[in-house]
Amino acid sequence: MGVIYVLLTISILVAIVFFIAFIISIKNGQYDDTYTPSVRMLFDDELIKTPVEPSTSNKKQS
Amino acid sequence: MSDSLCYHCGDSCDTTPIQFDEKIFCCSGCKTVYEIFTDNDLTCYYDLEQTPGSTPVDIKGKYDYLDSNEIIHKLLDFTDETTQVVTLYIPKIHCSSCIWILENLHKLKSEIKNSQIDFPKKTVRITYDAVNFSLKEVVLQLSSIGYEPYISLDDHATIKKSIDRSLYYKLGVAGFAFGNVMFLSFPEYFEVSEFWLDQYKYVFRYLMLAFSIPVVFYAGQEYLVSAYKGIRAGVLNIDIPIALGIIVLFTRSTVEILMDWGTGFFDSLTGLIFFLLLGKFFQQKTYSFLSFERDYKSYFPIAVTRITSDRYKKEETIQIYDIKKGDRLLIRNHELIPVDSILIEGDGQIDYSFVTGESNLVHKELGDSLFAGGRQSAGALQIEALESVEQSYLTQLWSNDVFNQDKDSRYTNITDTVSKYFTITILMIACIATAYWIYADASQAAQVCTAILIIACPCALALARPFALGNMLRIFGKQGFFLKNSTVIERLSQLDTLVFDKTGTMTTNTGDAVFYTGKDLNADQSVLLNTALRASNHPLSRSLYAALNANEVVSLDAYKEYPGAGIEAIYKDIILRIGSASFTGVQTSYSHLDTTVHIAIDQDYKGHYTFHNTYRQGLSTLFSKLIGTHRLFILSGDNAGEASYLKRLLPTGIQTYFDQRPKDKLDFIQKQQQEGKKVGMIGDGLNDAGALAQSDVGIAISEDIAVFSPACDAIMDAAQFDRIDYFTSLSKKTITIIKSSIILSFLYNIVGLYFAVTGQLSPLIAAILMPLSSISVLVYVTLLTNWVAKKRIKIRPVAPLENHKKSFSFNS
Repeated sequence: MGVIYVLLTISILVAIVFFIAFIISIKNGQYDDTYTPSVRMLFDDELIKTPVEPSTSNKKQS
Repeated sequence: MSDSLCYHCGDSCDTTPIQFDEKIFCCSGCKTVYEIFTDNDLTCYYDLEQTPGSTPVDIKGKYDYLDSNEIIHKLLDFTDETTQVVTLYIPKIHCSSCIWILENLHKLKSEIKNSQIDFPKKTVRITYDAVNFSLKEVVLQLSSIGYEPYISLDDHATIKKSIDRSLYYKLGVAGFAFGNVMFLSFPEYFEVSEFWLDQYKYVFRYLMLAFSIPVVFYAGQEYLVSAYKGIRAGVLNIDIPIALGIIVLFTRSTVEILMDWGTGFFDSLTGLIFFLLLGKFFQQKTYSFLSFERDYKSYFPIAVTRITSDRYKKEETIQIYDIKKGDRLLIRNHELIPVDSILIEGDGQIDYSFVTGESNLVHKELGDSLFAGGRQSAGALQIEALESVEQSYLTQLWSNDVFNQDKDSRYTNITDTVSKYFTITILMIACIATAYWIYADASQAAQVCTAILIIACPCALALARPFALGNMLRIFGKQGFFLKNSTVIERLSQLDTLVFDKTGTMTTNTGDAVFYTGKDLNADQSVLLNTALRASNHPLSRSLYAALNANEVVSLDAYKEYPGAGIEAIYKDIILRIGSASFTGVQTSYSHLDTTVHIAIDQDYKGHYTFHNTYRQGLSTLFSKLIGTHRLFILSGDNAGEASYLKRLLPTGIQTYFDQRPKDKLDFIQKQQQEGKKVGMIGDGLNDAGALAQSDVGIAISEDIAVFSPACDAIMDAAQFDRIDYFTSLSKKTITIIKSSIILSFLYNIVGLYFAVTGQLSPLIAAILMPLSSISVLVYVTLLTNWVAKKRIKIRPVAPLENHKKSFSFNS
């Protein structure tokens, strides 16, 4: 019944991978500011909107 | 659609709006910013939020000190030949448009490589090309689009604070282990004997042991350390029973596994530590955009212009700390006076509102001494330093011991008080039960003893307080009352004495109430008075002009200002004199204490205007509510001019003291505390800083919470001033909730102890009882605090962090 060892190893390895990912994300400072990224991620859509907006600017986005 | 609002900043463009590109702007500054943005394809700024901008202020010469390499290097985070990184604090950051524009700075200036905002802290971290660009240019660029950074002496700190992320790591470790141990111990919960469960249970058990080791020795470390410290100091704090529980759980479980007696309690152990850390995490809420630790350093500039002594011509920028006695300094308009000094050249109109909260300007003449902390508001000054910065009158206050004390350590909190008795009781129960079992069945004695210590581990008890306080802290924050940390709530509930500062705290700086006594003026005279006041730049004239609120003006035939005395205006044949008593030719029989402006027409004395402070709305209601529960005092740095007015305004029984210097305020509070009173101080200016630090709870009132307030325990939005009674009563309610939840957690302990004492505590019961008690106490506390806050809330709009702005539809 060696399969249980294989399964256990896999499950723990997967768990450890996620755990390491979490540690790295803390180290990178991802938890230092939990608000700004939530706003920032919405900006890309707005950027595309700019050239469509007729009244604001005549110039084309380079 | 309101069309009188500035497209850029949202202020009303009352007199002469500037039309540009089918938009309206209140001033050319706003228009310029708009132009910069349109020229660079950055108009998206206005799509994200309505009227997001702020007017750029004139900063000519203000940042010249950034030419000095020495100062720049104090501010930079990182520097090499080609790249420099700086983090700047920008108080104006308030909305998503701000984030967007500041993170797109590279589109404005290609030398800026990257900029990243930390919105909660209101900081921007800018990476730029050090060869073609400089810090000064970065700052000027930011200022030109209305985001002037705030650079103060505080940034001078050579060591940048590193962020403490250990709680995240610990939570990660504990959560990871908790999940896996739960998962691994699941088969054993059902206690089925099956071939391959029996076969493999050793693998499972040793894995659990392996997972638990980092939890106990890393994540749970601080509980063990704190308990050890508690024992050494002779204090039975809450961490002692927790640490005892952790140690017993771990050793018993390890022994059980090694000896093959059973599965141990690793699931409960890891769960316990995980929940405890979660409580700590929840309690840790901080308002990172506010600073509760400010001292004079946050107010003071980092550098100042010195006029070198060779014939007083050459200017050089020096650091504040390098100012020596006898140095000649140049103070430009709107710069702060950094040291006690003597005025040598220029017209001193000093705004001491940082220091005293008093917004009226103080006039200084040549040879007058100036105290540090004032802001010059009329042209440039030359001053001669009398002291070095640390020895100035204002800054000396910070050498007082109170500023070096950790306030939290002066208090024992409610859980520590309870845990004293709790620990003793548990140890006694454990002893008695063990003694009984030694007599009845000696083989069970060790089991029972450890079981008691395990089940008595006060997880729920330890969680009740952080969750109740943490939740209340958030509720307070939503209502414009920001606490430094959650223990402040507990101290707030214990207050029996409240001390108020007067100027700036009880009064607003939005305008003075003006009363006229004397003969009435006719229409012509009134118009002339109004015109003369309008022409004058003197702060009193401006206040009076604003208070009279008349619009009619005439063109004057003659106008003259006599510095330090008053103004004279002539229209047709009327000669009007406004100013001091002697200037208007009246023998003063009035109290010197009030601020008065006298009026004379054609040498004939007419009367005088008296200025009274405007008190905040709801002041007298607040005081009559508070006087039932607290002893109230008023300490004012001003003279007694307002005494009788205050007496009429406020209920009787409030003692008022005038002419209190900063140190007097501190001493007063200390004296009250020595009498065993719990004193709360409500103040605003730097002159209250000592009192705020000394008091049990120091509350700083602030018109704009994002701007500066002295070191304190709590910052209150000035609009919430009349609700102090609400917050104190809410804090009392919170303590009641904590007490009741402690009782609830005791009930769980009693149930658990029943199993333990009778020797039936199985790992399954422990694994159920522990999380159940923790979670139910947590839910109980959270629901109840929310309910109490909701029940007692008065419907009232809270001034939001961004004082923004009426709706303004974009599509024109």
